[in-house]
Amino acid sequence: MNAQQQYAVEMQSIYKYFDTFCALNSVNLKVKKGSIHALLGENGAGKTTLMNILYGLYRPDSGKILINGEPVEMKNPNVAIEHKIGMVHQHFKLVEKFTVAQNIILGQEVVKAGCILDLARARKQVRELSQTYGLAVDPDAKIEDISVGMQQRVEILKALYRGVEILILDEPTAVLTPQEISELVNTMHNLTANGKTIIIITHKLKEIKKSSEYCTIIRRGKYIDTVDVKSVTEQMLASKMVGREVNLIVEKTKANPQDVIFSIDNLTIEDNRKIERVKDFSLSVRRGEIVGIAGIDGNGQKELVEAITCLTKVKSGKISLNGVELQNTSPHNVIENGICTIHEDRQKRGLVLDFPVKYNFILENHHKPQFAAHYVLKEQAISKFAEDSIKAYDVRPENCASEPVKALSGGNQQKVIIARELSNNPELLLAFQPTRGLDVGAIEFIHNALIKHRDSGHSILLISFELDEIINVSDRICVLYDGRIVAEFQQGEVDEYELGLLMAGGEKKDGI
Amino acid sequence: MGSKIAELLDKTATKIILAIVLGFIVGALALAGAGYDPVASYAMMFTSIFSSPQNMIQVLILTTPNILTGLSVAFAFKTGLFNIGGEGQYLMGATAAVMVGGVFNLPPVINVLVIILAAVIAAGLYGALAGFLKARFGIHEVITTIMLNWIALYFNNYLISVPGIGLKNTQYSFPIQQNAWTNVLSSWKTSSQGQVYLAAHPTLNTILLGTDINYGFIIAIVVALLISFLLYRTTFGYQIRAVGLNKDAAEGAGIKVKKNIVMTMFIAGGLSGVAGALQMTGTAPHALVTLATQPGYGFNGITVALMANSSPIGCIFTALLLSGLQFGGSTIQMNLGAPSEVVNIMIGVIVFFVAVASMFTMISERLKRRRIKVAD
Repeated sequence: MNAQQQYAVEMQSIYKYFDTFCALNSVNLKVKKGSIHALLGENGAGKTTLMNILYGLYRPDSGKILINGEPVEMKNPNVAIEHKIGMVHQHFKLVEKFTVAQNIILGQEVVKAGCILDLARARKQVRELSQTYGLAVDPDAKIEDISVGMQQRVEILKALYRGVEILILDEPTAVLTPQEISELVNTMHNLTANGKTIIIITHKLKEIKKSSEYCTIIRRGKYIDTVDVKSVTEQMLASKMVGREVNLIVEKTKANPQDVIFSIDNLTIEDNRKIERVKDFSLSVRRGEIVGIAGIDGNGQKELVEAITCLTKVKSGKISLNGVELQNTSPHNVIENGICTIHEDRQKRGLVLDFPVKYNFILENHHKPQFAAHYVLKEQAISKFAEDSIKAYDVRPENCASEPVKALSGGNQQKVIIARELSNNPELLLAFQPTRGLDVGAIEFIHNALIKHRDSGHSILLISFELDEIINVSDRICVLYDGRIVAEFQQGEVDEYELGLLMAGGEKKDGI
Repeated sequence: MGSKIAELLDKTATKIILAIVLGFIVGALALAGAGYDPVASYAMMFTSIFSSPQNMIQVLILTTPNILTGLSVAFAFKTGLFNIGGEGQYLMGATAAVMVGGVFNLPPVINVLVIILAAVIAAGLYGALAGFLKARFGIHEVITTIMLNWIALYFNNYLISVPGIGLKNTQYSFPIQQNAWTNVLSSWKTSSQGQVYLAAHPTLNTILLGTDINYGFIIAIVVALLISFLLYRTTFGYQIRAVGLNKDAAEGAGIKVKKNIVMTMFIAGGLSGVAGALQMTGTAPHALVTLATQPGYGFNGITVALMANSSPIGCIFTALLLSGLQFGGSTIQMNLGAPSEVVNIMIGVIVFFVAVASMFTMISERLKRRRIKVAD
């Protein structure tokens, strides 16, 4: 093997501008053939942009791309596919109603007699493929019936079916349980053993340590370093990524919980197909504590949040704050009674993306005397409030009050939401995936904001799929499985493996 | 230089003007293709309007209902609703105006206000019905408003068939009482004193007696300003736009989405209703007429709103453009034999290019990128 062919992918001094914003400023990336290479950076650092350029979704303003030593002009994804590059996106692109096999062959169907779909042969091919790479899937299961981890395997198989040699995984672990993550790491090692090259986009340091050989760090569009993962610590990676020392452990004092202020009693919720998603669920939250609900996506979290916020009706049971029953009233009533919510999907539920930042700060309070007199908006008061909040919560760029909120990065969008919700000083803050898709720096900021809110004598109900977050931030941890709470712990009583087992439906270990 | 062009290209108004220019170019090509001189045709369209004050007034009279139905469609767009019901709402407004204006004899000015109010309520409720069906049962407003258009049309025709409302052996209902007409100097110009004066002043004579010159245009502009204020300065406008841009976020923040949908459709309907009322008070025969087909103002409103990119103030200008083109189109047919349909081609092209305005954004970005490269 000569020196040139040693690298499967080489990207040299890539520049990319969006408007006048420089998203990538002379970024280099060299990925060795047959290796797992992590691409690490904060949100908005440009990792996904760089990969979209490699996959032909964007065109660079300047710079060179070499695949297996050959210069290639990545005009569009078809060119990337020709060069055996595949990408598994963060949000899967699967047809829910199709089976696994149908999804895998979609776009490259197996046919006989020119035009007749040969599903039997397709199934056989899928089975062979899944055995070769140790990716267990049931070819006949429908996508809507299988777990997220399995769906991800389908996405990977889809790429392999197309003969991919270089596989890009965009934030592959965001939705997986610890057990599924270790399976994925095994799969990745299997693939490289078979000569494939993998690039993984992530901001999770632990997984880089577990999976990758090399790691390239970019920060604000600039190339920082490429390191041999074995020779660095997580702390070193974090500092390189953020550009300053970061505290990976959440610092907080012990909780000092008082009387119960929020309680859910025997709550049952049906979805629109009349299937019970939350079953006889009870929970109480005391003043001055953070209660965390751990669980895998799809075990009733969404329904629970929608019921508390009155976006959906409950079938039976009570939800009350300070003795006032709130179930089946209106979102407005819930907010007025002192529950504010950070929704899971900030772009769908949290923000009006096309509104300027300042208008997003007043979404719930636009009609209050502070911002409106005789139904006319007080533009000056609104701008002043926005500018103060932007300063207090360090939203960047600083002069964004009149810019549409969609122009901000994910972390800054989330800061806008947190600032807005905390400005109501809610008795109970319902935080559903408050740090979803955010980088270390923003996560640290948001966790501190939550703890500060608790320390000022309020309560927080934290619902998250991120185990680290639940373990680090919560004073009390409940495990949600199949719409029920299956276990409860105080902080420090439990580790992530035990939680992971319970979340997957395992039994609680009784003391030996 | 390049940067200035790039910035200019990013402005909505520039995009719309460019779309209009493109519309004229494509219209010219169509004319040339059909064997007519485009320059002569455009010159004819232009001079036919601006050569005589009478024709200019005529265009303004045509513009009035188009501004209001345009506002009606644009307003509904802001909540994410597509109001195709301008036709029916216009007719409901016209019906209410004639019923109230024909029966009651109220003092001047007050009578016009009462007529407009009645039209707003009738047409507003008619629009709100579609809003209610959407909010309560999830029935798409495009479907309901189209059907409501036909119900309004036949309701109008039915009323004319009712003895006491329809005049015997005519296609007309009873008219609005003359003191409620919004025509300029409506009673003076027919008085003997007025007749004598006008006979001595031929220009004024053609304007006052040759057209239905009325105050409607001014009212329509005032309404456009009010709607702009309502949308961009009030809490209600804030809510409407929030619902239109992201229903889920608005709902999560405690804004009552369903109530907003119904209210929006009430106001959208009311705006088309004002168009109907002003048409009845301002133009002959000041009465309902048996219709074989929709009057067309509601559909004009869709074009007006699309060309204006749903800006209320923009609707004033695009309604003027549309009415001018329609008026000019008829003159080239009369005088040059060129097909007036070319106007429809132009309007279609304009709407198309406003809709794909992102294309101009793309060009603007290209220009900016080139500039950055030069800077490097």
